Amino acid sequence: MTVTLTLVGRSVRLSRRNLDLVIMSIVLPVMMMALFVYVFGGAVTAVESYVNYVVPGILVLCTGYGASSTAMAVADDMGRGVVDRFRSMPISAFAVLTGHVTASVARNAVATSAVVFAALLMGFRPPASPVAWVLAMGLLLIYVLALSWLTAGFGVVARSVESASMFGFFMLFLPYLSSAFVPVSTMPPWLRVVSEHQPVTPVIETVRALLTGSPVTSGWLAPAWSGGLLVVAFPLAVWLFRRISQR
Amino acid sequence: MIVETAGLTKRYGENTVLSGLDLKVAEGSVLALLGPNGAGKTTTIRILSTLTRPDEGSARIAGFDVVRSPAAVRGVISLTGQYAAVDEEQTGRENLLMIARLRRFRRSAARVRTSELLERFQLPDVADRRVRTYSGGLRRRLDLAMSLVARPRLLFLDEPTTGLDPVSRTTMWDAVGDLVREGVTIFLTTQYLEEADRLADRIVVLDNGNVVADGTADALKNSVGGARLDLTFPSCEDAARAHVLVGGVTDGPTVSVPSDGSATHLHRVLDDLLTAGVRPDRVSTHRPTLDDVFTTLTGAAA
Repeated sequence: MTVTLTLVGRSVRLSRRNLDLVIMSIVLPVMMMALFVYVFGGAVTAVESYVNYVVPGILVLCTGYGASSTAMAVADDMGRGVVDRFRSMPISAFAVLTGHVTASVARNAVATSAVVFAALLMGFRPPASPVAWVLAMGLLLIYVLALSWLTAGFGVVARSVESASMFGFFMLFLPYLSSAFVPVSTMPPWLRVVSEHQPVTPVIETVRALLTGSPVTSGWLAPAWSGGLLVVAFPLAVWLFRRISQR
Repeated sequence: MIVETAGLTKRYGENTVLSGLDLKVAEGSVLALLGPNGAGKTTTIRILSTLTRPDEGSARIAGFDVVRSPAAVRGVISLTGQYAAVDEEQTGRENLLMIARLRRFRRSAARVRTSELLERFQLPDVADRRVRTYSGGLRRRLDLAMSLVARPRLLFLDEPTTGLDPVSRTTMWDAVGDLVREGVTIFLTTQYLEEADRLADRIVVLDNGNVVADGTADALKNSVGGARLDLTFPSCEDAARAHVLVGGVTDGPTVSVPSDGSATHLHRVLDDLLTAGVRPDRVSTHRPTLDDVFTTLTGAAA
């Protein structure tokens, strides 16, 4: 336990001191929200209140992007020999991954709060009950955990920090092909099929339904996607990490 | 024997990095693994420190098998790898505290041990600066300090002074000397003959994954032949005349004669020359260096 806590403390400290990371994970989502609310928002007439519509999408985009920075943190460690030191010590060295994932969750909690706060300033008035808020945040937590473990595994096998950062770009663009910014019904049919069935969509839909007080139409799909991803991603990351000792 | 390997073999695809390495290291000694790049030095250290598995053969550290009981091995050793394994964005103190906590020191004990090590490696002035701002020498010292938090019985040093300036190198050497006096067994790799000569009780020369020599520095030097006398003359003509008298090989105005290094031999050579009226300007005896050993054994330009 001391080992895991020590490595969590390390990762949190390292990410707090990485100014680029702090700026990218907070300022970028806030800027994107401003862009969508003030620039594109006026032109989107398919929904009643665009700010209420777009904030859940931004939250999912921001957490997805934020979680994927775990890949860079892990890849950085792998390339530096720090991981070799940990692996030559009598500790379960994959706790170094737990450290990075926990730091990622903490980072995303801060970023999500900042985005919600900025959203409130921009006129976001969700009619959600406290229970709905808790459920929405709980879903985001599972989503962040699952993606963080997935990207941690990606960071283990990535050859460099640069290639590890690819995942972030992927997560930055995936929400565009979903209901995050415009209703899926406005898309051409072939794209609609993609958008409706990609994993990010049910997460966005569920968070939005919870926050805007509308019925959750996708049911258990979102928690199932995220939970399922977590169940696969965690052992995968640990296995990938262990496997490097056989090389 | 704190290290014992038998037939240690490692391949990466077609490339055999280690082929059947047999090695025994006595507790409390200093072993230097010497060899050119790609000889298998780092691979050996990686296998012995449980980071890599061998394809064939076995290795025991303090009686524990590196493949079957890696956790027990890790409790005995510390590794200072080729690249300083320190966190750039933490301070020196934070790096040490982190390792102490990972080694399961209680919070207060961790602080005490950290201060001791900072003091010992002359780091107190920079302790609270981020490692990013450290010079190469400081970084190496911190790296070594981090390896000593838990007082290992066996310390691996993979090219501990590569890329360091001469002053930092001497500081590292002194630190290693102190450890030896405390009874820590040192297993180091180096490309520098001077380093092996100065630190090690025993030198193992590795080339292409094979041991090509094993012994003390002196034994290795003797194995490539005895001493030689270099006689330098005022002119090439004199050298040529001397060559006829005493044999050896000529190189410009210098004649090199094989010798047993004794005064008697030197006296006889000089007598022969002076009797014939050929006077050398300078005479030097030359014992083979580890460079000669290295070049002879590995066929590489050292």
